[in-house]
Amino acid sequence: MSASQTHRTIDTIWRMESAKLIAGLVRMVRDVGLAEDFAQDALVIALDRWPESGIPDNPGAWLMTTAKRRAIDLLRRNKLRDQKYVEIAREIDLYTEDDIDRALDGEIEDDLLRLIFMTCHPVLSQDARVALTLRLLCGLTTDEIARSFLTAESTVAQRIVRAKRTLNAEKVPFEVPVGKELAERLSAVLEVIYLMFNEGYSATSGQNWTRPLLCQEALRLGRILAAIAPSEPEVHGLVALMEIQSSRLRTRINAKGEPVLLMDQNRAQWDQLLIRRGLTALEHARKLGRTLGPYAIQASITACHAVARTPSDTEWIRIAALYEALLRITPSPIVELNRAVAIAMAFGPAYGLQLVDELYGEPSLQGYHLLPSVRGDLLEKLGRLEEARTEFERAAAMTRNEQERTLLQKRAAACLQEGG
Amino acid sequence: MRFMMIVKATTDSEAGVLPSQELIDAMQKYNEELVKAGVLLAADGLMSSASGIRISYPEPGGKPKVVDGPFTEAKEMIAGYTLIEVKSREEAIEWALRMPDPHGFGQGEIELRQVFEFEELMEDPVSRAKEEALRKQVDELKKA
Repeated sequence: MSASQTHRTIDTIWRMESAKLIAGLVRMVRDVGLAEDFAQDALVIALDRWPESGIPDNPGAWLMTTAKRRAIDLLRRNKLRDQKYVEIAREIDLYTEDDIDRALDGEIEDDLLRLIFMTCHPVLSQDARVALTLRLLCGLTTDEIARSFLTAESTVAQRIVRAKRTLNAEKVPFEVPVGKELAERLSAVLEVIYLMFNEGYSATSGQNWTRPLLCQEALRLGRILAAIAPSEPEVHGLVALMEIQSSRLRTRINAKGEPVLLMDQNRAQWDQLLIRRGLTALEHARKLGRTLGPYAIQASITACHAVARTPSDTEWIRIAALYEALLRITPSPIVELNRAVAIAMAFGPAYGLQLVDELYGEPSLQGYHLLPSVRGDLLEKLGRLEEARTEFERAAAMTRNEQERTLLQKRAAACLQEGG
Repeated sequence: MRFMMIVKATTDSEAGVLPSQELIDAMQKYNEELVKAGVLLAADGLMSSASGIRISYPEPGGKPKVVDGPFTEAKEMIAGYTLIEVKSREEAIEWALRMPDPHGFGQGEIELRQVFEFEELMEDPVSRAKEEALRKQVDELKKA
């Protein structure tokens, strides 16, 4: 193996193992920043030695052992200077090589879970949670994170440094919350993953309609979470939602790079493997026998579209009922808007329009481009083209996504022609 | 990107000899690892070629020829596959290397093949050209 090949292999192993490595180290040193440093140290040592010695049989265990030794060395040296490390050093001495092997074998999943709860802790801002999770659990570089969010690398780096500091200052424990707290904290974790996914799925600004890297990372993290926390129905619900939405990624843009709406997508190109995985995940959520949460309900809605062979096969009445159920647990004007669309599809545009008009006074929807966009669509279906055109133009002025703006402008122009 | 790890058939798998419990356990553990890493998409084992059917087209434009199994040449047949979603070719190789030897008596062979991505099938010259032009613009701005 050539040196550059070895380096690529080491980089790959690092990306595969770093989350587990950091999680295991956080358990020992109780400090996310220190844990990451020790893990990085181990990587540096590997980069130095592996090209000579070859890659060890169990590289994960090798990295863990090396990182642990580094940790012990450094902590012993600093112990005299800093009281804070005394306790950590004492604890870490209790870990033997066997512990490390065992940790890598089974317990590491619990550590990963604890780490996710930590990086998605409510003491951190939403942005910080996303950045820290991508960094520590997905192993992305600050540069990759910055590019995914179209922000400067320095901003992301700073966000991560601050987040680590906050976790320390607030003494956020390395544990899986229990009882009542669990539901709340779990929903914070799921929110971070779904936020990541959505940022990738439908970029809020910029030229690209989708940024696949974030979708992939969110999906992978969701799948991991489903494997290590299998008794939580909402985890399966979220995975189902992401799998099914991902199944349409390739049909969401046409060859010219323009967005294609759900009803116009080529269903033959939907990824049937991902749909099947999504339906299975949804089944897992249902089988756990608890009331379905918001992610499982949203997944059920996407599933209705996924199993409809043609747009006209869509069970709109069922979708409207699911939105009704969603509205009851998570009341939101956006969900109401979606319900209005489903009702329009199930019972006719006039019924939908009535509901949409009721939403027009809603302050939280001011500036939300989908409101005029939906209203325009319903008006167009009712043949009220002049009004429809005005709404499409309003929506075009509001959206931050350039591709979507073009689409809306086209629809406005089409109204003008048809009405011509 | 997706890769398929194809496990080649062996004289044992063709003869319908079940793998040892040890190998089954090792495979199960490996699959669990794939699941816990969030990379497993699908995995299946195939029945031996005794119940297989071959459809070939010896004459271009002619009718297909249908032949029932079993077939010879175990190495040219497959006994199972595992479909994974990974970030790089190197990661796929790394996972394939971690799979247990599927035979254990010298005939074990795993073939790693990348699945065509949609983007590769739909190379889009328009957006490529746009991206290229944009890059040039940025470079010129930097120079100025």
